[in-house]
Amino acid sequence: MNRQIRKDLLGLEGMSAKEIGLILDTAVSFKEISERPVKKVPALRGKTVVNLFFEPSTRTRASFELAEKRLSADSVNISKAGSSVAKGESLRDTAENLEAMKIDVIVIRHGSAGAPHFLASLLDASVVNAGDGAHEHPTQGLLDIFTLREKLEDLKGRKITIIGDIAHSRVARSNIFGLVTLGARVTVCGPPTMIPPRINDLGVEVETNLRRAVEDADALNVLRIQLERQKVSLFPSLAEYANVYGINRERLAWLKPSCLIMHPGPMNRGVEISQDVADGDRAVILEQVTNGVAVRMAVLYLLCEGAQKEKAVEVDEMEEEKADSRTF
Amino acid sequence: MGFEAKATIMDGDQIRRAVKRISHEIVERNGGVKKVVVVGIRRRGVHLAHRIAEYLERIEETKVPVGALDITLYRDDFQVTRNIQTRPVVGTTEIKEDITDKVIILVDDVLFTGRTVRAALDELIDFGRPKQIQLAVLVDRGHREFPIKADYVGRNVPTSDTELVEVRLTELDGRDEVILGEMRE
Repeated sequence: MNRQIRKDLLGLEGMSAKEIGLILDTAVSFKEISERPVKKVPALRGKTVVNLFFEPSTRTRASFELAEKRLSADSVNISKAGSSVAKGESLRDTAENLEAMKIDVIVIRHGSAGAPHFLASLLDASVVNAGDGAHEHPTQGLLDIFTLREKLEDLKGRKITIIGDIAHSRVARSNIFGLVTLGARVTVCGPPTMIPPRINDLGVEVETNLRRAVEDADALNVLRIQLERQKVSLFPSLAEYANVYGINRERLAWLKPSCLIMHPGPMNRGVEISQDVADGDRAVILEQVTNGVAVRMAVLYLLCEGAQKEKAVEVDEMEEEKADSRTF
Repeated sequence: MGFEAKATIMDGDQIRRAVKRISHEIVERNGGVKKVVVVGIRRRGVHLAHRIAEYLERIEETKVPVGALDITLYRDDFQVTRNIQTRPVVGTTEIKEDITDKVIILVDDVLFTGRTVRAALDELIDFGRPKQIQLAVLVDRGHREFPIKADYVGRNVPTSDTELVEVRLTELDGRDEVILGEMRE
């Protein structure tokens, strides 16, 4: 069955251009809500969302929580420290206990790839992946694409360059899946030790030379060097990385004047991105954050609406008609 | 299954006259348009709101602000099933004015159960505290489920509850008309 709206949002891999388009179009309308004097609509009144964060997060977590509150959903936050997870409870038990309290959505961030998929197969509640290991971070991918679409309109044929630790980056993976589906030309760039083998199979170009990678790019997505995921050393030093792959003022001269600079945050200023570039007028980094709330509102709204629809067995034709905006 | 037209309730001329009359009534009742903001309910209400604002500007020779409301997120039938074809895509609300102390003319094409207007009132109030909200509709077809009454009505049309009223406007449908019909198997 070709469902336009799924029960869960686990990743952008395999999602159609139409589905991505529906989420982004819905997000356009939700963006305005955050500008209102009363930043709240009653759309998800009575729905319960649990934010289950097994890894630290400021932006994603605050963004999801604000999205939930602005839709009038009730939300509960659980983090690893201070929960029974610290006592050794399994993920499965934690999730099943939460579902026993009749929740509608679980937003999960976990260090292991596939954790959200495991929950999705187990629970009736909708599951939203807020980052699973080095696998995917679909809402980040969607908000990056939303920001690009806002600035560049059609992404077909646009060159987007992702720079940094591609191998360990879930942001890179979600961006690649989404952007390639929408017809963008994606180039990845970073030290060869950070480029996974066979990445070209995903439909991207690999370029280890920064200058060539950023030439004619319409946007750069500068990834954070994730020191916490670096179990072995993949480059000699941070200074060396900044020297070879850091985006700084001198290197802006290599770019098209219209090229946008994105960063998923948190930034290591002076490493992958210099102070002046991060605060410069090409950077759309804070706009990404603003858009993140709208995109997450759209995702939560569509998932809750989709779940509602699945429960429907019979559809009353007259109710259908009343719901149409045209006929009354 | 489809919509089967039975009669034309209003043609283009009648719609034009009704909108013009409503505009004159708005001016008369409010002693001008000084504090008036016209807000249409998406989708057809917005086009009617623009038409009314245009008449108001012509009559009073002052600019009248127009806004648009998308009430999808304020609906009370989120829990009621709707299929993908009729499910309204969430549209954008545009209220650029500060509506506090203003007289809002809320505009919709058809007044039926009153549920859409209820949702619109809730949404409007989230934008500020208007001095008054008045309701203008092109067609009132009865069958109210809420205590809601229009202040300005283009035409009252008695209908049975299985009948449907379809408003077509040039901006969206290529021509102006109001059709009474029924859903047929």
